[in-house]
Amino acid sequence: MGTLTENDYHFPPMLEVQNVSVNYRGVRALEPLSIDFAAGELVGLIGPNGAGKSTLIKAILGLVPASGRVLWNGLPLRRQRQRVAYVPQRSQIDWDYPTTVWNVVLMGTTALRGWWRPPGREAQRRAYAALERVDLVGLRDRAIGALSGGQQQRVFLGRALAQQADLFLLDEPFTGVDRKTEAMMLAVFSALKAQGKTLLVCSHEWGDRLQQYDRLLLLNQQLLADDRPEGVMTLENIHRAYGQNLQLVKPSADLPFVC
Amino acid sequence: MLHVLTDPLAYEFIRYALLMGLLIGGVCPIIGSYLVVQRLTLLGDVIAHALLPGLVLAHFWGIAFILGAFISGMLGTGLITWIRAQSRIKIDAAMALTFASFFALGIVLLSTLNTQLDLDGLLFGDILSVTAEEIRQAVILAVGLLVLVGLFYRPLLFLTFDRLGAEAMGLPVSWLNAGLMAAVTLTLILGMQMVGVILAIALMVGPATTAYLLVKELHQMMLIGSGLGAAASVIGVYLSYYLDLPTGPAIALVVFTLFLLALLFSPSQGIFTQPKLAQPGPNRR
Repeated sequence: MGTLTENDYHFPPMLEVQNVSVNYRGVRALEPLSIDFAAGELVGLIGPNGAGKSTLIKAILGLVPASGRVLWNGLPLRRQRQRVAYVPQRSQIDWDYPTTVWNVVLMGTTALRGWWRPPGREAQRRAYAALERVDLVGLRDRAIGALSGGQQQRVFLGRALAQQADLFLLDEPFTGVDRKTEAMMLAVFSALKAQGKTLLVCSHEWGDRLQQYDRLLLLNQQLLADDRPEGVMTLENIHRAYGQNLQLVKPSADLPFVC
Repeated sequence: MLHVLTDPLAYEFIRYALLMGLLIGGVCPIIGSYLVVQRLTLLGDVIAHALLPGLVLAHFWGIAFILGAFISGMLGTGLITWIRAQSRIKIDAAMALTFASFFALGIVLLSTLNTQLDLDGLLFGDILSVTAEEIRQAVILAVGLLVLVGLFYRPLLFLTFDRLGAEAMGLPVSWLNAGLMAAVTLTLILGMQMVGVILAIALMVGPATTAYLLVKELHQMMLIGSGLGAAASVIGVYLSYYLDLPTGPAIALVVFTLFLLALLFSPSQGIFTQPKLAQPGPNRR
């Protein structure tokens, strides 16, 4: 901690998570925590399975009952939900649902046109541009059940892009995807960052990829660390989050741990 | 040959039954598709059984049976939601309990209130006694439901596909879901008039499930399902005329026969007919 200087924040915090905690049927799922996010920040949310990463994302979105406040530009986020794009975990979706790639990406335009309005020309143009960005134009009429894991993840990335949000919350987007999809997602993240968008990406994997983030949040029911990757990825932090009995793969490497 | 089809039309009650069959058989699968894609088909069955107490009470108090059945059905849905919200009890247990209790309450009311309602008709349908007034009501209800599905097609697609995603984007998911449940209840009231509370689920779920085996999009599933439902109803009415079968069960069995045909011979997913090689990059579980 303490390696961030004032110069690291060029913008005032856009997203403020203030004292947010979650109780689930009398059990505390998330200890109270406070985090600020600046515009143009790519933040990784890491921690073991069951650490409460998805719960934190859902609490920020107001999808689970939580105490505390979540502000976007100083106002409650729950009244500006169209500003947030949410990419759920792939396992949360029924991929046998009878619909096509095109229809799912078009859902991303729901917020800006008003949920009750049918998608007009502008919405379709935006959905098409998003499809091009995630390289799925050729598959747009395919049933979502006939896609590979990586393609399914790209459909949801495309839906988020079609929304043209300012804040992106992605739940385990790298799970079970191919190299092409991984490279494409990282490129999209960089491009969004350059446009001043804020991204929070959660992942239970611990590896070199984490160096790509501006900042890492280490979570296990409580916020254990909030710092630059090199500051978070220490042996001490790993033990605090994952316990002592981790498997050492390469004792001398920088990141010798698998979870 | 043609007289096989035209002869029964000499009777007014058959003409009415066919008309009602086309109407109800066509509408039920459209709303039923929403149950199938959300894996909530059994909820439809619960609501159908929960209609019974309301039907009996409405008849006893002399109010419109649609109103009584609607309130009763929505109370059933509400009870399930409430039990789940208040405890760790899972949806299947909550549904089973609600199903049995409402049905039992209906039977108790029927036997104690002395309403002269025909239990057989309520349970298995009484399409051959349909009146012109009932057809008029059904037309209004069906047209209303179709207009609503047309207006809310995209939001409901989003809701039933990815409820959390829809809520995150600011869709009023609670209201949309309540509206959908109201539509399901009204549709079941329609279906019940033709095949009874016990078999109403067959019309809601059967043709839609059959269509699911044939197409890849929700609106296609609704359209094909609608055609299959109407066809099954008409075939059922003719079968019951010529073979002297009870009409409701005859329709339910035709629905299942059509399903079986699709299961075996669907071009894309039939057991005998599906392509040997799956499409590139399948992700079937």
